[in-house]
Amino acid sequence: MNYFSDVGALARKDLRLELRSRDTFLSMVLFVVATLVVFSFSLPAQTEAEASYGLLWVALLFTAILGLTRAFAAEREQRVLDGLVLAPCDRSAIWLGKALAVVAFLALAELVALPAFALFFEPVTWELVAAVVLADLGLAAVGTLLAAMAAASRARELLLPLLLLPLAIPIVVGGVGASISDDPGRFLGFLALYDVIFAILSWASFEYVVTE
Amino acid sequence: MSSAEKYVTAAYLVVLTVLLAYLVIYAFKLSRLEREVGELAELARRRRDAERTSEPERDSEEVAP
Amino acid sequence: MSTSLRNNTAVALAVAAFVLLLGGLALAFYWVPDAPIEGFRQRIFYIHVPVALTAYACFGWAAWKALRLLWLRDERYDLESYTAVHMGLIFGILTLVTGSIWARTSWGVWWSWGERQLVLFLVLFLFYSAYFMLRYSVDPGPRRARMSAVYALFGVVLIPVSFLAIRLAEGLIHPVVFDRNVNSNLAGSQLFTFLVCFAGTLALAASLYVNELTGKRVDERLRELREALT
Repeated sequence: MNYFSDVGALARKDLRLELRSRDTFLSMVLFVVATLVVFSFSLPAQTEAEASYGLLWVALLFTAILGLTRAFAAEREQRVLDGLVLAPCDRSAIWLGKALAVVAFLALAELVALPAFALFFEPVTWELVAAVVLADLGLAAVGTLLAAMAAASRARELLLPLLLLPLAIPIVVGGVGASISDDPGRFLGFLALYDVIFAILSWASFEYVVTE
Repeated sequence: MSSAEKYVTAAYLVVLTVLLAYLVIYAFKLSRLEREVGELAELARRRRDAERTSEPERDSEEVAP
Repeated sequence: MSTSLRNNTAVALAVAAFVLLLGGLALAFYWVPDAPIEGFRQRIFYIHVPVALTAYACFGWAAWKALRLLWLRDERYDLESYTAVHMGLIFGILTLVTGSIWARTSWGVWWSWGERQLVLFLVLFLFYSAYFMLRYSVDPGPRRARMSAVYALFGVVLIPVSFLAIRLAEGLIHPVVFDRNVNSNLAGSQLFTFLVCFAGTLALAASLYVNELTGKRVDERLRELREALT
């Protein structure tokens, strides 16, 4: 019980901080909509409709990177992370709390992005929404761990995309597949598998990344 | 040499090239290591000589009344 | 490991690589008959696949050392894991190049997104290159060792997951334009040649690994020595 109350407290801290300043969330929303508009200019007129689904996933991926880069920015600025690590809670609770907050941010951004996509490009199916949810979980799980690594480095914002993009390739495949395939179930199942595997791995290895 | 033979040979030559490049890099590394060992040996020698020259001074101090 | 034992291992591996690889190449060029359909160009198989499998072995070895580092909290494994990743990346690049040459001679194109092995290695190349970026941007120490170890473990998990993703993407996302006529039932002589070449590349990778590791450890010792003397 204590573990989950720690997680809840940590997640709530991030969400409350964000609610007060709202800058990360607003940037993410604006970024994803702006990216979609740029994409509308990048596709030639004869492109098949399905190509736009691919662009949606790219936009979501980069929006996630934007949000994740900010995930530990606040901590770094106030050296709070050191304090959190010293706190008498399981280090992995930090990971879970932050990952949940990231999922919340992504979900809020997608609440705007998906209707915008449906307006500009193609209709949004239930499979797409399911894929987006699963992708959010995977991205948040892996991204939070990698963001912690990047935060400890000198390269910071430059390092996170480099680390995340190769790991995000399966997510993109799963997402695009679920969006355009005749058998989206396979891809949704794959996304779920990815989430389970990498969430467990990230949860177990977070403490090794974050301790001095 | 037929086209197919050229490509097959090229593939094997690429592997050989990487190996030979490795050899060159290691030659440089080994010469650097040799130089460093030489410098450190010199440092050690100087230190030993400095300790030796300071010892007879101590002896002569004790003997003097 | 005592120095003399390590030296013997190094020599043994080098000799093994010499014998196995030269023997394997001789078999591949002189003994094994031409493949029935593909002809002479099939012989790239005897260097491409062993190199690819050796790259996987290197990444697996790196992950094993990484696990030992995290489990036993011994920083000594960091250098071993890092060297293994380095070897894996070198062999990975070789896989991409030989695979590209094979694609060119088979289908006339230098790259095909339908070629699973090539695409997988491209993803791994990106992943393990980022490993080096990670190491360069973090100051040396136990934390960097632990982060590298975690990342190396992620890499080895990514291999099957990526492979699955690439298989799912086939047809739907990446067009399957060409199909390699891979005879999974290798003839006896082909299998033997392949095994000898594979053993040779493994021995080569192991030999290079031991060499590089020794070189790095000597660097460390010299640094310690220098600090002790100045």
